[in-house]
Formats: sequence, C-alpha cells, structure tokens
Amino acid sequence: MSPTVAGLLQVGILVVALAAAYRPLGDYMARVFSDAKHSRLELAVYRIGRINPDSEQKWSTYAYGVLGFSFVSVVLLYVLQRIQSWLPFSFDRGTIPPGMAFNTAVSFVTNTNWQSYVPETVMGHTVQMVGLTVQNFVSAAVGLAVAVALVRGFVRHQTDRLGNFWVDLTRGTIRILLPIAFVFAIVLIALGVTMSLKSGVDVDGQTIANAPVASQEAIKELGTNGGGVLNANSAHPFENPSEWTNLIEIFLLLVIPVSLTRTFGQLVGNKKQGYVLLSVMGVIWTAMLGIIWAAEASGLRPLEGKELRFGIPASALFANSTTGTSTGAVNSMHDSFTGLGGGGAMLNMLFGEMTPGGVGTGLYSILVMAIIAMFLAGLMVGRTPEYLGKKLGRKEVTAAAVSILAMPTVLLIGAGIAAILPSTQGALNNPGSHGLSEILYAYASASNNNGSAFAGITVTNDWFQASLGVCMALGRFVPIIAVLALAGSLAAQKKVPVTAGTLPTTGPLFASLLTGAIVLVAALTFVPALALGPIAEALL
Amino acid sequence: MDNFFKQAWAGLRILLALTVICGVLYPLAVWGVSRIPGLHGNAEATDTTLVAVVRQGDGYFVPRPSAATLPASGASNKGERNSDYDKVISQRRTEIAQREGVAEDQVPQDAVTASASGLDPDISPEYAALQVPRVARASGLSLEKVRELVHANTGGTFTTTVNVTALNRAIDTAR
Repeated sequence: MSPTVAGLLQVGILVVALAAAYRPLGDYMARVFSDAKHSRLELAVYRIGRINPDSEQKWSTYAYGVLGFSFVSVVLLYVLQRIQSWLPFSFDRGTIPPGMAFNTAVSFVTNTNWQSYVPETVMGHTVQMVGLTVQNFVSAAVGLAVAVALVRGFVRHQTDRLGNFWVDLTRGTIRILLPIAFVFAIVLIALGVTMSLKSGVDVDGQTIANAPVASQEAIKELGTNGGGVLNANSAHPFENPSEWTNLIEIFLLLVIPVSLTRTFGQLVGNKKQGYVLLSVMGVIWTAMLGIIWAAEASGLRPLEGKELRFGIPASALFANSTTGTSTGAVNSMHDSFTGLGGGGAMLNMLFGEMTPGGVGTGLYSILVMAIIAMFLAGLMVGRTPEYLGKKLGRKEVTAAAVSILAMPTVLLIGAGIAAILPSTQGALNNPGSHGLSEILYAYASASNNNGSAFAGITVTNDWFQASLGVCMALGRFVPIIAVLALAGSLAAQKKVPVTAGTLPTTGPLFASLLTGAIVLVAALTFVPALALGPIAEALL
Repeated sequence: MDNFFKQAWAGLRILLALTVICGVLYPLAVWGVSRIPGLHGNAEATDTTLVAVVRQGDGYFVPRPSAATLPASGASNKGERNSDYDKVISQRRTEIAQREGVAEDQVPQDAVTASASGLDPDISPEYAALQVPRVARASGLSLEKVRELVHANTGGTFTTTVNVTALNRAIDTAR
C-alpha cells in the first residue's frame, strides 16, 4: 500500500468512527447535563462535599467554584509530589524539586499536561495514579462544566442562575469520562498497551521502564490531557503499540470535542447550530492536516523522531489532531518536523484551540469566537449583533475580547522575555530560527493549555518552570472567568425575537464569517512572531 | 474572598472523593481486569517484542538509531536544518554502508534517523534486506533461512515493517 493510500484509509476510518459516535455521545452528554436526577454515587460525592446539588449558582459563585477547586487541586498535587519519597511504588525516584512540582501541578490542573520531567526517572506510580490521573479526569470535567454553563447562558432567560458547578463537575467525571475511559483502557490492554505496577521489565538484557500505562493512557487522550506516563508519550510502544491503538488514541482525543457540537445543538434546541460549528472545526482541521502531511512527506529526513509503524501519514494525523484539540500527546517528535509541518502544529494552537479544541474548552472557545465574528458582522452593517437570540452588547463583547486576548498576551510577553534572557541560549537544542521556534512553541503550548512541545528545549531552570506555569494558569483561568461572566450576562437577558434583520447562524455565510474570524485573529496576532521562527525556517 | 474559601473547602472535599474514585478505584480496576488470563497475557510486557534494544554481535539485526537514555525513552529532537546533526546522520550512513558492505546511497532513511521513542521495534524491509548477508555470515545460518525469518517477522496493516526484536529471537532459536 502506498503511504498516501494508507494515510487516506486511516483518515477515512477515523472519520467514520467519529461520525458513528457523534449522535449517541452528543445526545448522551446533553442528557447528562440536563438530567434532574442524581445517581447514588453522585449523591455520596455531594454528601462528602456537603453541598446541595439542587441549588443553582450565580456566575460568580460558579467561577469561585472553578477557581477554588483548581486551587486546592494545585496544592494537593504539589504536596503529593513533594512527599513522593514516602509514597509506595516510588522506586527511589525521590521527591520532585519545588520548581518542577509547581510547574507540573499547574500543568495537570489546567489540562495542559506540559511535562518538564522525564516520567521514567522522576514520577512514581502513586503520584501518576492518585495525582496525575485524577487531574486528567477532573480538569477535563471542569472544561465541560464551563462549556455547559456558557450554553445555559444562551438558553436561559432573565435569570442569574447558571447551574451547579459541583454537579456539572461530578457528572462529567462519573457519567461521561469514567465509563468511556474504563472501556477503552481495557481495549488498549487487549491490543498490547501495558499495565504494570513494577518499575521496569527486562528486554534482551536491558531494563526498560514500565508503568500502569493503560488506565492513564485512555483518560489522557479522552480528556484531551496529553501527559505521557512515559517520556516518549504516545510514541512509546508501551503506550501506543500498533497502528490500531494509534487510531483508537486519535479517535479518543477527538471524540468528545467533536460530539460536543451535537450536545450544543441539542441544548439550544437547533441541531443546525451545532453542525455549523462542527463544519468550521472540520474545515480548518482538514486544511491543517493537508499542510502538515504534505510538509512532512517532502521533508529532508522525514523519519527522524517518528516511529516506523506509524510512518509519515499517521504521524501527521496524530500531530494535527493533538494540536487542534488541546491534548498535546505526541506519537512523533514535533521538534524534528519540517519548518512548515512544525509550524502547522504551532498554528493549530495559535488558533486558540478550537479546531475542535479541548474537552469543553473547544466548545466555549469557538462560541466566544462566534460572538467576535457576529460583532464584526454587526460593525459592517451598523446593527447591534445578536447570537442565538441574545443581544451582544458592550458587556458581552468585552468579555469575549478579554477571553480571546488573554492567550496571545501571556504567550507573546512570556516568549519575548525568554528570547532575550541569556540563560535561554543554553536551553535550546537547535540553532537559528528553529531555536526561536522552540521558545515560541513552548509558550504557545503553555498559554493554550496544549502541552505538546518542541521537546529539545530544556525547560528545567527556574525561569521556564515559573513563567510557563504562570502562562498555563492565566491562559486557562482568565478565559474561564471571562466566559462565565459572559454566560451570566447572557442568561440575564430577555430572548430577542428573530426578525428579517437577523443574520442566520446556521448557514454557509456564518460559517465563512467564523472561519475568517478564527484565521484572521490568529494571523493578525502572530504573523510577526511566526515570520522569525517557522516561516523563516520553511523558506530556508 | 469569603466565597472563594467556602468554595475551595467544598472543592477539597469533592476532590478527595473523586481521587478515591478516579485515582485509586479506577486504575486498580483496570489493573485487575488486565490480570484476567486470556484477555491479553502481556500487560507486564515480559518477553515483549514491542520494543527493541541493540543485541551485541554481527549475528543480529540492528534496530534504528536511538537517542534514548535507558531505562527511559527519548528522541533526538533535532530539527531538519540542524547542520551539526547532518554530520551525525552522514557518519551513521558511512558506518552502516561499511558494516553491510554496500554503497552509501543504498542505506535507507530509517537506518540513519533516530526514532521518536528510541525503542522503535521496527525497521523497513529495505533495511532488513540490507542486513541479511551479514547476519547470515555471522550467525552461520544460510541466506535463505535468514530471509525466511525476515519474511516471517514482517507485518503491519497500513505500513509494512520488520520487527527486529522478534526477528533476533527467531535467529537465537534457529541457531
């Protein structure tokens, strides 16, 4: 089979699988978040939390819930790492140093899963399971909760209530993520992924590190987390042993963000509103796949940093999907990609992670961008813009703008300072424009909560640990607060009746407008920086 | 601020509850299922052919170059415009050509480039074919026998590859 045919076949299988899951999963998620009943396990969780699941919250309380939960998550994960040497299954790997523990705690709580450590020599199994795996679940569930709260803002009228964060968080975890992760962890084991409580295994006289891989692998992809149990991430044969596990892992990291457009359509009572978002995501995803694949297929040494069982097409497919969602798992090393291929992966993140984006984050990010697009359209015709029956006034547009601008601000300031620090020179793995790309990629990944890397860069000094940690936190929570404020002010409004002057948001005109807004905002913000990094390298 | 601490306190309690469910019960349940005989015998990866390490001696097939520091996995992360790394690649090409007694332009890409994991179990059929005469000579097996073993360890659904680890163990058995 020629590589092109093989690649197209794999893309085809992936798309068919996603299409098959789209309706059932999308509808199921819509039911989960509108169900009036609680399960027994959920009621037990609410009792432990001493919260009343039937009382709803204002946007500010909902936001305090997100922030409070994330804050205690960071503290707990930090403490777990700092006491690792006393924990079982730690194999004398010692305690994690403070800078690295801070960075890792923020990284996993913000759904970034940026890794400044080599898991095989640093992380024991207890921290992996009790700390990192838990955040793989709940950080994804936080994203889901915020997305659902924003959708409620559109659906509800003249109320200050957005739902209950603890209920949304618990349901997302227990009813959506946990069962799917469990089933696929078993499937992955059956296909060869390892699941061991030992520290390593002897292979022809050499010790190769092993870990409880399968349980974390499944949720790592499903929750668009991406933090590898092993250093090589999904390139490691224990995490991703075959072409089929590879397809399953790509499927897992796309399935929730894609299906959430259906959930959205169901919740707003017009499925076409969801399809139009999906079409925008799909167009950009497909275009970027074409760019990255073509660039890699014509590279100078295309197999450097790639696994032979995946080859070029399946590596490009994974790279495009992991950066288009906010996953950041890798099955090939983006640092060794061509200028254009690596630049494409970077651009996927710079779009703001909405093609299709992370679990929940993708949906709320593209909805915010839809507000920006409608605002631009409103400016063109001189009419107050509306979206889904809500007027987009000064408050709404301001919140949307803050949400969109947070990421570029922290990214460019962070990368700018890093580029002029003398210590950075020694941290780079490659000279010239590719070195700058390594810096840009790191800050793009952190600020967008992606977590993939041009991994040659050494990010263990205090500056990188601290600044990337801050970028991850601001890149996550500033947009979340803005989105919840937006949801609050939308929910307070009356519904505006549809008139002849309303721009329909289910057709190709709106889809083009939204696609244009996504591309334009990224281009206007990042072309100068990209010109010195990946664009310069691609033109060499 | 009061509201923040109130929510954080509820958050801590809920986090601990979810930690028991997702961080203890879930991985242990998956681990438990992985012990069921017949599901898959190899969650522990004993005798695994999923990863390759270099075997000493000319009587074995050589896997792809590795940038890993065992027991951890790892890649070179060198960009394609890195001229220092060009030298590493061309040196590898020269060494392989000499080792196999062929012209440098016959050495395939996968033979000179480091894999993503540093543990890639596979080589291309071209690289395997290149190594057959040397392995046959050094192992005392016939050319036909070695070719047959290569064939038996060639597979893949979309990409055809040769599993070096399985192949080298087959050579052990045949000797």
